[in-house]
Amino acid sequence: MNVLVLVAHPASDRSRANRALREAITGLEGVDIHDLYEAYPDMMVDVETEQSRLRAAQALVVQHPFYWYSAPALVKEWLDLVLTHGFAYGGHGNALAGKPWLQAITLGGPEASYLRTGRRVDDFLLPFQASAELCQAIWQPPFTLHGAHAIDERELAGAALSYRARVLGLAQAKAARPPAVSS
Amino acid sequence: MVHPAPAALDPLTLAFVFLAATVIAVPLAKRFGFGSVLGYLIAGAAIGPFGLGLLSDPEGAMHAAEIGVVIMLFLIGLELRADILWRLRTAILGMGGAQVTLTSAAGAGLGMMLGLDWRMALAVGLILALSSTAIVLQSLREKGLANTDAGRGAFSVLLFQDMAIIPMLALLPLLELAPAAQAGATEASGLATWPAWARALAVIGAVAGIVLAGRLALRPLFRIMANTRLQEVFTAFVLAIVIGVALLMQAVGLSAALGAFVAGVVLADSEFRHEIESDIEPFRGLLMGVFFIAVGAAINFALLLSQPLMIAALTLGVIAVKALVLALVARAFGHRRGDSAFMGLALAQGGEFAFVLVTFAVSQQVLTDAIAGIVTLIVALTMVATPLLIIAAERLMEAWLPAKRGAGEPEIEAGEPEVLIAGFGRFGQTVGRMLGANGVATSVIEHDADQVELLRGFGRKVNYGDATRVDLLRLAGAEHAKLLVIAIDDREKTLGLVETARSHFPHLKILARAYDRRHAYELMRAEVDALEREVFEGGLRLGVSALKLLGHGAHRAERAGRLFRRYDERVLQEMNAHWDKDFKSYQRAVRDHTALFEDLMRNDVQNLRTGYQDTAWDTASMDAEAQAEKGPIAVGFSAKGGVKPSDV
Repeated sequence: MNVLVLVAHPASDRSRANRALREAITGLEGVDIHDLYEAYPDMMVDVETEQSRLRAAQALVVQHPFYWYSAPALVKEWLDLVLTHGFAYGGHGNALAGKPWLQAITLGGPEASYLRTGRRVDDFLLPFQASAELCQAIWQPPFTLHGAHAIDERELAGAALSYRARVLGLAQAKAARPPAVSS
Repeated sequence: MVHPAPAALDPLTLAFVFLAATVIAVPLAKRFGFGSVLGYLIAGAAIGPFGLGLLSDPEGAMHAAEIGVVIMLFLIGLELRADILWRLRTAILGMGGAQVTLTSAAGAGLGMMLGLDWRMALAVGLILALSSTAIVLQSLREKGLANTDAGRGAFSVLLFQDMAIIPMLALLPLLELAPAAQAGATEASGLATWPAWARALAVIGAVAGIVLAGRLALRPLFRIMANTRLQEVFTAFVLAIVIGVALLMQAVGLSAALGAFVAGVVLADSEFRHEIESDIEPFRGLLMGVFFIAVGAAINFALLLSQPLMIAALTLGVIAVKALVLALVARAFGHRRGDSAFMGLALAQGGEFAFVLVTFAVSQQVLTDAIAGIVTLIVALTMVATPLLIIAAERLMEAWLPAKRGAGEPEIEAGEPEVLIAGFGRFGQTVGRMLGANGVATSVIEHDADQVELLRGFGRKVNYGDATRVDLLRLAGAEHAKLLVIAIDDREKTLGLVETARSHFPHLKILARAYDRRHAYELMRAEVDALEREVFEGGLRLGVSALKLLGHGAHRAERAGRLFRRYDERVLQEMNAHWDKDFKSYQRAVRDHTALFEDLMRNDVQNLRTGYQDTAWDTASMDAEAQAEKGPIAVGFSAKGGVKPSDV
């Protein structure tokens, strides 16, 4: 399967964890890494290009740091503009139907800091999950890397390896359904 | 002037000889860094009577090619509005006046010391006080020095000299050696035969006529010519005006060049200025070339070889006196040491009008043939020396600029510069400041001495000079830099620099400032790594502000601006690809700005209707679907009943 990985970090030169994850999946066959902040430094997402990219992909990975319990602004902008009615949802919108959707996030604090609030990280990802479901995509258990601020090299390498395995899994899986034909 | 009819080549062959000499000698001279003028002069000497003997009547050719000088002054006038001229008045009258007076006096004094009669000495002094507008301006333009302090000073002095020709023509007959009436005395100029008051009236009338006609009649006429939409008619009209003015001025005894200059100034703020400029520019270049070739051919090598030491001494003497006088005058008028030296050396040659005045003086029995021959030879030789003098002057100016700050004060930038910026005017400054703010070390090449002095005051690494010089690029760190930003304001030089950098420093990535769309296409053909049209972004930003003031939401307006930029960049690429295939239409468009704009507008009309509208956050299709589900009753409820523009 052809996996489209949207990477979104507004200052990737300052992100050790996110960079390590990205490097771990760079060069894999069938994995297409698309750096949103490199492509659209002015936030002007090119809808046509992005939609054809999505049509061509059989799985979607959205990789980003976790900012204020959500994604950096450009990810939201991308969702707003690209997943249009009639393309991703609505009567004729089935471009994402049947395609796996994996959210991959790096979190600065340790997992415990979330648990203390009585909520789980998954709870905060609910808007993404609901969006995926509206598009008839298949929501995957998210990949999370906790404690990015303090992680040591060995731990980071381990996390990167397991991320690589997740993405490879998507790339090597048989398509659950034949790719949706857009109207 | 009547010229003997030598066994001359027929005009077509002669034209071929001129052109062939040009295309061989000029690129060679440029290759060695001497500028085109020296190339022309050498070409002239090569084909002249003392070289291959192909051009047997150099004075005649020179006379014919003077129209090139006339056109050049017309073009200079076009670039100078009256208010700029007014601002230069002190320099023109003060500095120019002092130079002509003092140089004439010094020349006359030296002439008398060498045993000339005082009248002849004064005539020689006057004639040698003039410098060559043609050579100096061409060189300044090629070096990009025309708009520096030194360049403007040199221009002011040259302008005064051109004006001074009129009184000189009036004065020379009074210096007649033998009072006995001579048969040839009256044929030289209509001016000499008129009474003084009539002469003055004619002069005033002619200038006033040009100004009035320019103001009242020329503009409507230009519009009529433009409306014929025939390029050649417009060009013919411009040439007719220039030549007509030249003839009128000669008829009343004024310098044709001066008349053309006045006509140019009058048309300087006309809306046809740029079209006139681009139409007539090739004529200027070619005819100036012919003129310089004729000067080269006029060098009397027989005379030179018969008395080499005397001629060499006199030539050096003339250069020394002229340079010294003007340098001191410029210094007295508050110019910097380096600038003064530059002006002196740049204007140390004799002028093209010297040839005219010498011929006139001989006809008026003021100069003997022997003296006239020597003066002509000296003027020609000083002209040949000019390109070398200007190179020397540039080095001198560079050496006299304040050095970088002493070791005690830290440099802002340490280490090797990563980025080389050629040209530090309005455009380069922004690039440089922006990069500096981000901690990128830059090295600047700039040809405006003021700017260099200012920047060096702030401890920045700045090299003075012409950025197209390979040695200067190397000095500025081109071998270790990663990027070259070309921010100079001359389209041809920019293209030239791209080529130079590519061949000498192939590792450099090149970012270029494009003057306009046409220039952008040329730069794309030259395969620069990045380019930015110099005023596009400004126009776009103002368009965004206009949308906001019209009540469009700020965010929508910003998006509209960014979308338009994306659209326009795509069109730029598309049209470039299209032209790559069809070089003819590209050339046409490059020549004709209107054709290019037409293509652009046609493209806009097609594209902006289909697909370049901002449809982000558009809810029309959702509204329609919701309506369909609800049924016809809910029609009035929908806020937006419309369909997307792209669906029309």
